[in-house]
Amino acid sequence: MTGGTWKHAPGFYVGDRPQVVTSRFQYEDSYTLERYLATDGYKGLRSALARPANEIHDEVKNATVLGRGGAGFPAGNKWGLMPQGVWPRYLVVNGDESEPGTYKDRLLMERDPHQLIEGCLIASYAAGLSQCFLYIRGEMALAQERVAAALNEAYAAGYIGKNILGSKFSLDIVLHWGAGAYVVGEETALIESLEGNRGMPRLKPPYFPAANGLYGQPTIVNNVETLANLPWLLNNGAAAYTAIGTATSPGTRMVAVSGHVNRPGVFEIINGITTFRDLLYGDEFCQGIRNGNDLKAFVPGGGSAPWFTPDQLDLPFEASQVGPAGSMLGSGAIMVMDSTTDIPRAALTLTRFYAHESCGKCTPCREGGTWLERILSRVVDGKGTDADLDQIFEVGESICPGAFPHASNEKLGIAAVPFPYRMNTICFVGPSAYAPVHSALTLFRSEFDARIVKRTMIKVTAVSE
Amino acid sequence: MTTIDTTDTNDLPPQDPNAVSITINGRTVAARKGDLIIAAADSVDEYIPRFCYHPRMSSVGMCRQCMVEVEGPRGPMMVVSCMTPVADGQVVRTDTPQVKRAQEGMIELLLANHPLDCPVCDKGGECPLQDQAFSHGAGESRFVEEKRHYEKPIAISELVFLDRERCILCDRCTRFADEVAGDPLISFTQRGNNTQVMTFPDEPFASYFSGNTVQICPVGALTASPYRFKARPWDLEQRESTCTTCSVGCRTVVQSSRDELLRYQGVDSDPVNWGWLCDKGRFNFQSTNSDDRLSTPQIKSGDTYAASSWSDALETVARVIRHSREGSVAILGGARGTNEDAFMWGALADAVGVTMRDAQLDDGLPASVFSFAQATIDSACAGGTVILLAPDLKEELPVLYLRLRDAVQKKRIRLIEISSHETGLTKYAWKSIRAESGTAAGVIPALLAQADVSTQLASGPVVVVAGRPNLAESASHTMDALSAVLAVAPSASVLPVLRRGNVRGALSLGLAPRNGNDAAAILEASAKGNVDCLILLGADPLSDVADIDLARRGIAGAKFVVAIDTFLTASASHADVVLPAAAYGEKDGTTMNLEGRVTSVVQKITPHGTSRADWMIAVALLTLLGHESNFTTLSDIQDAMSAAVPGFGTTTTAVAIKRDGVVVSVAPPSSAPAATSVAGPRNSYEFRLDLSRKLFDRAIGTITSPSLANLATEANVFIHPLDLDRVGAAEGTNVRVTNSHSSIVLPVRASSSVPRGTAWVPFNQIGADVRELIRRNESIIDVRIESM
Repeated sequence: MTGGTWKHAPGFYVGDRPQVVTSRFQYEDSYTLERYLATDGYKGLRSALARPANEIHDEVKNATVLGRGGAGFPAGNKWGLMPQGVWPRYLVVNGDESEPGTYKDRLLMERDPHQLIEGCLIASYAAGLSQCFLYIRGEMALAQERVAAALNEAYAAGYIGKNILGSKFSLDIVLHWGAGAYVVGEETALIESLEGNRGMPRLKPPYFPAANGLYGQPTIVNNVETLANLPWLLNNGAAAYTAIGTATSPGTRMVAVSGHVNRPGVFEIINGITTFRDLLYGDEFCQGIRNGNDLKAFVPGGGSAPWFTPDQLDLPFEASQVGPAGSMLGSGAIMVMDSTTDIPRAALTLTRFYAHESCGKCTPCREGGTWLERILSRVVDGKGTDADLDQIFEVGESICPGAFPHASNEKLGIAAVPFPYRMNTICFVGPSAYAPVHSALTLFRSEFDARIVKRTMIKVTAVSE
Repeated sequence: MTTIDTTDTNDLPPQDPNAVSITINGRTVAARKGDLIIAAADSVDEYIPRFCYHPRMSSVGMCRQCMVEVEGPRGPMMVVSCMTPVADGQVVRTDTPQVKRAQEGMIELLLANHPLDCPVCDKGGECPLQDQAFSHGAGESRFVEEKRHYEKPIAISELVFLDRERCILCDRCTRFADEVAGDPLISFTQRGNNTQVMTFPDEPFASYFSGNTVQICPVGALTASPYRFKARPWDLEQRESTCTTCSVGCRTVVQSSRDELLRYQGVDSDPVNWGWLCDKGRFNFQSTNSDDRLSTPQIKSGDTYAASSWSDALETVARVIRHSREGSVAILGGARGTNEDAFMWGALADAVGVTMRDAQLDDGLPASVFSFAQATIDSACAGGTVILLAPDLKEELPVLYLRLRDAVQKKRIRLIEISSHETGLTKYAWKSIRAESGTAAGVIPALLAQADVSTQLASGPVVVVAGRPNLAESASHTMDALSAVLAVAPSASVLPVLRRGNVRGALSLGLAPRNGNDAAAILEASAKGNVDCLILLGADPLSDVADIDLARRGIAGAKFVVAIDTFLTASASHADVVLPAAAYGEKDGTTMNLEGRVTSVVQKITPHGTSRADWMIAVALLTLLGHESNFTTLSDIQDAMSAAVPGFGTTTTAVAIKRDGVVVSVAPPSSAPAATSVAGPRNSYEFRLDLSRKLFDRAIGTITSPSLANLATEANVFIHPLDLDRVGAAEGTNVRVTNSHSSIVLPVRASSSVPRGTAWVPFNQIGADVRELIRRNESIIDVRIESM
């Protein structure tokens, strides 16, 4: 099934690369229990249950499985942040994938739901969690359907429930459907939503819900892809896992490419090794820019990431290199803009999304995001002025004080400002509204200048002398 | 064996393990672990601008205005000071260019969509947004887009208007409603730039505490109907006083302009009200301004009143007293006045030989309730167990409800409630049991003997909150229940919750019944023709005495009735002489709350018409009756009071009293304890009557306040839904409520907060008066309910 597209999902392409989480994508019936069991399914769980939980935890720690949601925090370390001896403690699976450009978790849930379920079971066993909540974004109908069906199959087959596979380990997995709010992808807002409250981020500190999360109990929030790595890891061991990729970024990573490439889709790339150039121009990946156009810019890690230009094409998928270059890997969504792209309009599209998705809790995001959107839309409509462009930076300063990260541009002599930024907001939605317009305005100022109204002095002629 | 030598360490003060020291703008500040930076800064007057932060509510960090710089391991970081606790050695700066830029930026963002209609906004002049825009803003806005528009204002309740355009979404009102009042009736709706505060569809913000949201709103988004467009803040004059609407004694400021009361605002008194007020106490200033106030003395001739001079009216009263038979003058009331009023009337009664006096109207508890070990509000909320043998505190003493609710929510205390129907505190109670009227004393021993309850009682201090829960039940049942609790927990202290404003002061300072001659006995004597002069000192027996038949007979039987009141009440209109009294806000003095806390009340405006303070009337009568009187000023009385009343002390003169007042221990003369009553089982009258008060009824101070007047509801009888089926009546239809004395018709409602077999009727609402069924010689009242 290589190279084709599916009815309900964007295409997935596989080449001659290790497959950690996508090994079953080639099968038409990859989402069934039957196929899963035929392809080493629930083998990792079986081997995990035969070993003490702390050994499994160590295995995950040794493999340095980085969180795939955006922040890239190692999962094994995250589990270790929970206070000892406090029960119950929960696992919450963040399937509210809604970062613009990102659709990798959706494929993982649609095409291999059992792999996710097995990952949940292994994580819960290893970290000693009492119950698991699977939070799936409201708009992902097929994913919900497939995960629900898979849960039913797994319950019936005894993989979930009481005394799993005859062991002393019991776990329930609760499926919860979101109601469609971007901010609920933020883990504390997701917990609020799960509790039945308005989806608004909680105040920090505490910075992690590990100590005080769902219903005030210790809670681990993990991304879908992070958990989907665990069955393979258990089957093959930490050594095999770290053999892929680099020391700081082991394993593989799902990336979703959209925009002006010849073959957009989801790819499993090698962490720390595959470069953006490989991805966008490689034959096994995107096969170049459409119509042979030049690349103008690309967003390397979801809509909230500062933009890259062709200058950064040779960077690998490695946080320690992408950060200093002025952006982030985030959720693994690459949006490609070719030379025909109207940069101010592209920035407006993204900023409008974040302004719309602001939850309204803190001032800079609620007021600043919309203000940015309105200035920008005036500029795009050809009604902006010089002062408007300066004002964009002023509003940005109120959202994120100090220098905001951006990429270098050798032609313009602009040096990179490294990631991350400081922020006056509670969560990252406010800065996300500023990131696209800031990058666009910094790297492509001339396109904005061409749009604005030039005010020239009107000559006054003397009526009489 | 080691001996501990304490002499060496005596020089050093004991180290507080929670003490931390931080630096704010170079100044060393002492704070305690858990304090927030913003609070530590406040303590040394380093003002950090803020909108959402409120010291009596949890921090939410929403407005982001209070950002400051804290030295961190990676250099200075910006933090929100209302969310960041202090840490030892922390270095805070509130004055760097970065902080200034962040604060100016936040003001600019908050003002972006704010209408800036300050010239027509009630808040203008006392507006935190306005003030801080000047003190911490950049001065000019660069926002040139069109602002948000909403329909405005929206009436979200009978009292409160919401203007969403002005709102800066600080979450103060919504947080108050949810966290402090427990009435989460307003909430955020929509999101992003369209986020707005709103009620739920078809549900008004009908909270008893809604006025507080207006007070804490940092902009003019919430306004209260009684004050809208009435004054500008710079035209207001104010004095700090104490609310005497009920006996909690909340501290307020009384604000007026051009000699008219315009607003009360809550003042944060730590042992009492924490800045909160109930809507009744907040808005009943309108009653003082009412056009229906009595303005001159009136003397009845035939069926009509004729205005008279004070000298004629007082001479008439003095003559009647002079010619009354020995021991036939009676004084009812006094709980509405100040301590000085009560003391002077007590002095007058002593001088004239009045043996019949009572500050209560057979609707409270015997004064002996003050002779137990006394608790304070703070001691009740500090920890341990609180046992409620009380009326619904949310309805009668609302701010005490807030304090107890807070103590439960913060897990400091556990509540055990014994009541005949569910109350506002039921859902916060650890144990809440329904005991039919007259049976509480019987169920208490078994309840308190339960293993978990015994453990709980033994785990800490026990406070019994004792009041009169049911006007159709004799006070002796409550006293018996109190004795039953004290038998199990003898070291428990008692918080008496008699509800009238200064009832404790009046009872303590001279108006407690003598020799068991309480209000009921006085009215009975009067009905028999044994009272020659009945003085109603702000008392309205026809409206307040539960046995209305007794009240009618008592008033009719008195040979001469003198009413001293602010309004021509139901009872006053039977008086032969009516003397206009100065109301709250029109006289200085002191008052005593339910804890025995003496605080000041102040005069802010000139008394209406020629009305006088009660104490002045007493002094004038004393002189006319030939007694030597050296009382010309309030301080004369306060000096006499300090000298004459043991335990009152000298620190309680108005000048000496600070905001939080002084708790005194004055034991009023105890009447002989009321006879123990035993309630029999219900007979063929299958419902036991439960008559209790709601916050808003037809009380004179409420119906003369236009904004509160229509908050009283239709009179209804509430019974359990299954009982409704048994009676065979439909919800809302009229039923006949009957006993051997009378029969009335009331609409019936099903309520699951009423247990089976109980008929609950709220007191003094609009419609038929259930008091027709009540006779005080029956300790409980059983009735029959029939569908019609």
